[in-house]
Amino acid sequence: MNAQLQPTGSAYFIAKETEKPENHTLSVLVDNEPGVLARVIGLFSGRGYNIESLTVSETEHEKHLSRITIVTRGTPHVLEQIKHQLERIVPVHRVVDLTVRSHELGQERPLERELALVKVAGTGDSRVEALRLADAFRASVIDANTEHFIFEITGKGSKLDQFIAIMKPLGLVEICRTGVAAMNRGPQGM
Amino acid sequence: MSNGQSERREMTGAEMVVQALKDNGVKHVFGYPGGAVLPIYDEIFQQDEVEHILVRHEQGAGHAAEGYARSTGKAGVMLVTSGPGATNAVTPLQDALMDSIPLVCLTGQVPTSLIGSDAFQECDTVGITRPCTKHNWLVKDVNELAATIHEAFHVATTGRPGPVVVDIPKDVQFAKGMYVPPQTAPRTSYQPKVQGDLDKVKAAVELMAGAKRPIIYSGGGVINSGSEASHLLRELVDLTGFPITSTLMGLGAYPASGKNWVGMLGMHGTYEANMAMHDCDVMICIGARFDDRITGRLNAFSPNSKKIHIDIDPSSINKNVHTDVPIIGDVGRVLEDLVRLWRASAKADKKALHPWWEQIAKWRARDSLAYKMSHDVIMPQYAIQRLYALTKDMDTYITTEVGQHQMWAAQHYHFEKPNRWMTSGGLGTMGYGLPAALGVQIAHPKALVIDIAGDASVQMTMQEMSTAVQYDAPIKIFILNNQYMGMVRQWQQLLHGNRLSHSYTEAMPDFVKLAEAYGGHGIRCDKPDELDDAIKEMISVKKPVLFDCRVATLANCFPMIPSGKAHNEMLLPDEATDEAVANAIDAKGRELV
Repeated sequence: MNAQLQPTGSAYFIAKETEKPENHTLSVLVDNEPGVLARVIGLFSGRGYNIESLTVSETEHEKHLSRITIVTRGTPHVLEQIKHQLERIVPVHRVVDLTVRSHELGQERPLERELALVKVAGTGDSRVEALRLADAFRASVIDANTEHFIFEITGKGSKLDQFIAIMKPLGLVEICRTGVAAMNRGPQGM
Repeated sequence: MSNGQSERREMTGAEMVVQALKDNGVKHVFGYPGGAVLPIYDEIFQQDEVEHILVRHEQGAGHAAEGYARSTGKAGVMLVTSGPGATNAVTPLQDALMDSIPLVCLTGQVPTSLIGSDAFQECDTVGITRPCTKHNWLVKDVNELAATIHEAFHVATTGRPGPVVVDIPKDVQFAKGMYVPPQTAPRTSYQPKVQGDLDKVKAAVELMAGAKRPIIYSGGGVINSGSEASHLLRELVDLTGFPITSTLMGLGAYPASGKNWVGMLGMHGTYEANMAMHDCDVMICIGARFDDRITGRLNAFSPNSKKIHIDIDPSSINKNVHTDVPIIGDVGRVLEDLVRLWRASAKADKKALHPWWEQIAKWRARDSLAYKMSHDVIMPQYAIQRLYALTKDMDTYITTEVGQHQMWAAQHYHFEKPNRWMTSGGLGTMGYGLPAALGVQIAHPKALVIDIAGDASVQMTMQEMSTAVQYDAPIKIFILNNQYMGMVRQWQQLLHGNRLSHSYTEAMPDFVKLAEAYGGHGIRCDKPDELDDAIKEMISVKKPVLFDCRVATLANCFPMIPSGKAHNEMLLPDEATDEAVANAIDAKGRELV
């Protein structure tokens, strides 16, 4: 993850990329069969693409279809390559660049949400402060005893970052984040 | 399929494998037995519809299957055991992936109950071969085995062809289940686009009709698309009057004797082909992929042209070079539309192309493939020229290894038909040619099959001589023996101050005795005036031949586009002095391959 951006394809790319790298969110619909995730992430590592975030789960059980959401970073040229390379994988049904799609729909970006579980331990003032802030962030308490809380918080990645940052001095013990789930606004499907 | 298509019925996994091969029209399988494939070998033993060719190393099986595939247009099939059998198959699998060759590789696996236990001869075959196949499968349920093998053939041979692996645990080979015949209902996720968009084809015709300095640049995709595609390519060239060049992979799609042929392009292509690529105003790329051997320095690649790119693989479009008119589809289908629309709308103004052809004639007059003839030693180029002159009127197939000899073969052996030229282009696999020749000979028992080899490459898979002897496959291994890894040495001269680190083979086997030891025939020749007779002897011998052709040791392969240079910065043979060679590549180009 976050490896230095490599130019794709030929070793003869000695001309510097003039395009600026952008973050894009891709939705990839795949057959849920053994090895399919390895094919997708192997493509990213093998061709030197970045993965900023990756989320996967079966979404249509009767058809055995999984939806993989990948946040990646690259120049428009590299992002186009990533899409086409993903489409070459045999069990891949569809690849949609949600970011491009949202631009087509006249929006800045697709809806992106992430869930985090945040464990905070402490007593006294910091414990009270943690609970108060959690309330302000609309994080809910899903486990607690007299020495700790586990908060569940959902939102944009930046909100989660902020919440985690302010929990740090209040006894932050452990974080688990799901990665980004995303879709486009409006009535149409992907 | 002598018995026609089979029915649904119960059988063992091993029986299914053989039945599925028959149902997919397989006549020959290249393989090597081992513990985890014994049940399949037992089934092979009990029938004679599918012939098994026993190689001496699994890599040999893979390249033989590739040669078989490339010379027939059908899928090549290899069968190997688990563990080392599968890992030895990796090189041919990647080779087939890079060159888009349909290759079906069946591997044995330890029983499902032992997978993951580090069992004897266990390896993670699907994990290891995932990046070097188009797709692969581990079959854990015997009831899915038949459908999986059928799907494997479908995936290997359709769209952009490529290698596939089906990994079959031993208990699945023994288990009984229901066999299903091949069906025409492929999976919904895999739908290669074969028909090009008509609007794009129209745009291409318009662009071509207005071209003043056009060039057609064709590649292996034309060959892969089938003989009809080559036929249509010839028709298109005739109709338009455009000059045509080809990649290493595409040689033979347009005949080298054709009047519009300007020779191969790229790093060791002709001056006229590369200059025409650089100066053209419209480039029509057909089934090629703008590989770095072709383009040279990308930011100086054909700077003033509009580019049309026909390819079945959308990821090839805009990968290395920006395309103005991309057409995604099978080359044959797109050419059909292109030729039809050209006939209907465009008038070929061949007169308008006169100045362009005059310019090309000037470049051609530079005679970039020239070399200094010698009466004392055989020049490698001369050896190929004589080989060509003495074999061109026969039913000849040529394979090569990788290196200088390969480039000389591409430059000086001329191909009139597709599927006659088998060489490892993308991966550059030394040791490809000998087993590939074996595969070609098995497919075409009566043909003259020659591996133009180098002395270093040929020793990488020499053991397959034994296979050739066993199956009476009279392959001719024509070794241009200069005792060097010639291309390595050439690059050391270009990049590393002529310090020839480990590119000289101090101990060379006696190839004549070696041939005899294998039960083949050995010939040695080191005099130019004896060469013709020696080649004739090679042709007439009905056994596998090792021909030790002793050539000038220090000859280098020109013309050349040095790394990091553009098409119009070629190093021509008459300018390639020691000093020019030593300074041909600047610091930036040095890190390139």
